[in-house]
Amino acid sequence: MKSKSGLTRFHNCYILRDRKIIKEDLWIRDGKIENPERVFYVEQLESDITVDCEDLLIAPGFIDIQINGGWGVDFSRDSDNIEEGVAKVAKNLLAHGVTAFCPTMITSDQEIYRQILPRIKKTQGNKNGATVLGVHLEGPFISPTKKGAHVESYIKNPHRGIDTIREVYGSLDNVVIITLAPELPGCFEAIKDLTNLGIKVALGHSIASLAEGEKAVECGANLITHLFNAMLPFHHRDPGLVGLLASTMKKQVYYGIIADGIHTHPAALRIANRTNPEGLVLVSDAVPAQGLPDGNHRIGPQIVTVEDGCAYVTGTKTLCGSTTALDSCIVKFKDSIECSLEYALEAASLHPAKALGIDDKKGNLNFDSDADFVILHPKTLKVQSTWIAGECVYKCQN
Amino acid sequence: MRLIILEDASIVADWAARFVLQRITQFAPGPGRHFVLGLPTGGTPLGMYKRLIEFHKEGKLSFKYVTTFNMDEYVGLPRDHPESYHYYMWNEFFKHIDIEPSNAHVLDGNASDLVLECQRFEKLIQEAGGVHLFIGGIGPDGHIAFNEPGSSLVSRTRVKTLAYDTLDANKRFFDNDISKVPRQALTVGVGTVMDAKEVMILITGVHKSLALAKAVEEGVNHMWTVSAFQQHPQALFVCDEDATLELRVKTVKYFKALSEEHQKMIADAPVEIQHIIH
Repeated sequence: MKSKSGLTRFHNCYILRDRKIIKEDLWIRDGKIENPERVFYVEQLESDITVDCEDLLIAPGFIDIQINGGWGVDFSRDSDNIEEGVAKVAKNLLAHGVTAFCPTMITSDQEIYRQILPRIKKTQGNKNGATVLGVHLEGPFISPTKKGAHVESYIKNPHRGIDTIREVYGSLDNVVIITLAPELPGCFEAIKDLTNLGIKVALGHSIASLAEGEKAVECGANLITHLFNAMLPFHHRDPGLVGLLASTMKKQVYYGIIADGIHTHPAALRIANRTNPEGLVLVSDAVPAQGLPDGNHRIGPQIVTVEDGCAYVTGTKTLCGSTTALDSCIVKFKDSIECSLEYALEAASLHPAKALGIDDKKGNLNFDSDADFVILHPKTLKVQSTWIAGECVYKCQN
Repeated sequence: MRLIILEDASIVADWAARFVLQRITQFAPGPGRHFVLGLPTGGTPLGMYKRLIEFHKEGKLSFKYVTTFNMDEYVGLPRDHPESYHYYMWNEFFKHIDIEPSNAHVLDGNASDLVLECQRFEKLIQEAGGVHLFIGGIGPDGHIAFNEPGSSLVSRTRVKTLAYDTLDANKRFFDNDISKVPRQALTVGVGTVMDAKEVMILITGVHKSLALAKAVEEGVNHMWTVSAFQQHPQALFVCDEDATLELRVKTVKYFKALSEEHQKMIADAPVEIQHIIH
């Protein structure tokens, strides 16, 4: 028998592929998902290792494109030891089935961007933590009227388009998403330039009309940041950014949804889901207090009080992100909109991968995709183990 | 020739699978001693494959020392196309069992030299020591594998141009577009199957009843290629009641009566003896 090392077959499992959960084996090799039919006929090989999954469910690894920190780490504040902070969050995320994420920085002082941004590097995930896809910069080019938990004094206009943006952030090498308010002066030109650089532009913290939203999408934007939150409420004569979900534009627009059961009412989730099911991206928007007990914590320059899992700007009822990790968001989302399990899982894997344009290798279990996946209990969706590039990076101990 | 008439298609599937199980088990394959099986595709044998997979999962049957040869494959269809026979065999059978990949032979319809591929296949069968049991289905026009009406009854593995009727019948698998149906196929010849020590033909459904009548009641005729197996020393037709509709009442009664007695006789007899006590 010929054999080549590292051909692993996951057997007795259900896998999510092409929007369906099917009873099918999953074959992996060299960090990629293999086509076993090709291996059988062309290479004439059998697997080196067979893993009996005992009827568990294998889904693509979750991808969180908006996460501010967690376990006490604040990506917008901890400039002294940001590398350790990112590593700590990356490590902890593995237990939640997250195989890739975008560390997110909220509106900050220019100096903070200079200190932190160059040090959050895109990193391939492994046993030490989930893949860092690149930084998501949320602000400071946002509307003061929809600042949410962001500090107003740091908010800026991108008058001179990408030049102002570069002045504020410094190098854009580590950046994959920028959330901005398109109605600000200079934004449309900036969106064109940023998207030409391969950076995804998300619209949010904004009072943009639908027309402005559509123009931004024409310029290259393809995301909306935490839909319904920090934007104009739906109005029937000008539906605002929410209207992009039902716009006649051909381009698919993706929108982040915080499905922690607090930020968005289940009826609002259903409205979004029914008008634009393909665009729905689950995000945690997790605050640094995620993974910590109730009490006072910080996010960026703000003090945050966590009560019963809700994070507020201290002394106010302004929500400032969630304390719910993505795996729990999936369960809450599924329960509140009563969608299929397939859809809920894809909203946290395939959809964010598509939004970032990396669905050729992530967010699915297609042949030749990266072997980033999570093994779940088929009913409770409890994470049993997490795998990155074919390597087991987390295993549930009980 | 034996004709086994069973109640319906599911019983045919079960019976055929048990027959395969019995034959492989009696042969007691092992290292250097492979049981060689000829396999068909299509709707008729699906139920049999399902049962064989169950036997395997129950631990009753291993394919570790089984070598298989498939009857046919389209020319020019990608290997992973859902209508290719590679795809069928992988998804309906091979991926569920413990056969070694190098022992599962399917004609390569994408080979650069098709003639050479056919010769290679015949040689492989020879090297394997010939086929112990060839299982086949038939088309409504009585074809076995892609040996369409008019095929030589002593033909070997070769490239075959498909009849218009076959293209038309198969277009339902190709978006109802006849231009997408492959026009050629590689197929074992009637003679290739005739060389097998034992042949089992599965026939189910009303639409196959005329073909069964031609195969059993009339003479050997190249317009109904399956009729060639009247001259095989050890051929077995397994059909359901529906497929007997075009047979004479007399034929049906004769085989049914014979079958009961025959079954008792061979119940525990080894294969070599079964070959003698027809």
